[in-house]
Amino acid sequence: MEDKHCKSLLGSLSDYIDGTAKEEICRELEEHLSGCEDCRIVVDTLKKTVYLYHSNTDTDLPEGVRERLFKKLNLDEHLKTT
Amino acid sequence: MTDNEASQEFSLEALQAGDRAEFAQLVDAYSTQIYRLALKMLGNEQDAEDVLQNTFMKALLSIEKFEGRSSLSTWLYRIAVNEALMSLRRQKPTVPVAMDYEDDDDEIQHPTQFTDWCCLPENELLSAESKGYLDEAIRRLPEKLQVVFLLRDIEGLSIRETSEALDLTETAVKTRLLRARLNLREQLSTYYGERLKEEQA
Repeated sequence: MEDKHCKSLLGSLSDYIDGTAKEEICRELEEHLSGCEDCRIVVDTLKKTVYLYHSNTDTDLPEGVRERLFKKLNLDEHLKTT
Repeated sequence: MTDNEASQEFSLEALQAGDRAEFAQLVDAYSTQIYRLALKMLGNEQDAEDVLQNTFMKALLSIEKFEGRSSLSTWLYRIAVNEALMSLRRQKPTVPVAMDYEDDDDEIQHPTQFTDWCCLPENELLSAESKGYLDEAIRRLPEKLQVVFLLRDIEGLSIRETSEALDLTETAVKTRLLRARLNLREQLSTYYGERLKEEQA
């Protein structure tokens, strides 16, 4: 990771894991990753980090929050419609 | 990610004419996302509920002036982010300037953790305790990085929508997103690195 090459590739990592990096950059990165264990780990764990957050978005409104919100907005009469 | 119920189309005309039923549907379509955003930023259900209520109160008051330059959802997120930030300021009114050191032309911080924890089983990576840690790690991000990460990676807004919601250039969004992700990766590497050691012991 102290390598100059590693540093120049760091800026492209988000695009790379989102699949929006240019083909040329992907090729360069993949070539580098095959020979640089530290960078491979960084890319793999970065991908996993984003994946874990994507998998952890299940929030529901707690009991009563919707009712109180509708009351506050004077929308009580529409409370039962959905 | 959230391109589910919220992709529903709303009649801006009806909303601006004060159609209550239409507004109620808007509230139902976006409440969960707004609440989640606030909860992740503030870490407290009561504060998140306040932000949710304030967001829609403001939206109700200003929908008339909405010009449609962004989508309705982006506009709502924008109000919600501002409400949540105000709530944060009230909680800790004397945030030291150092917290806000992140500037877009700062160099990207280089990784320091090289533990490969990807092999941990999914039930460990997403255990209740781990999920709690994932949320804490977000709250430890500098504010500027935190809001970008939440809108893009938790709420699933595009780079463009995120830039519209936060009044940033797309380049700034991309830079902050990368920094946020790298920062979280460092934090998670420490946390899961420990889990890995326990497992191997």
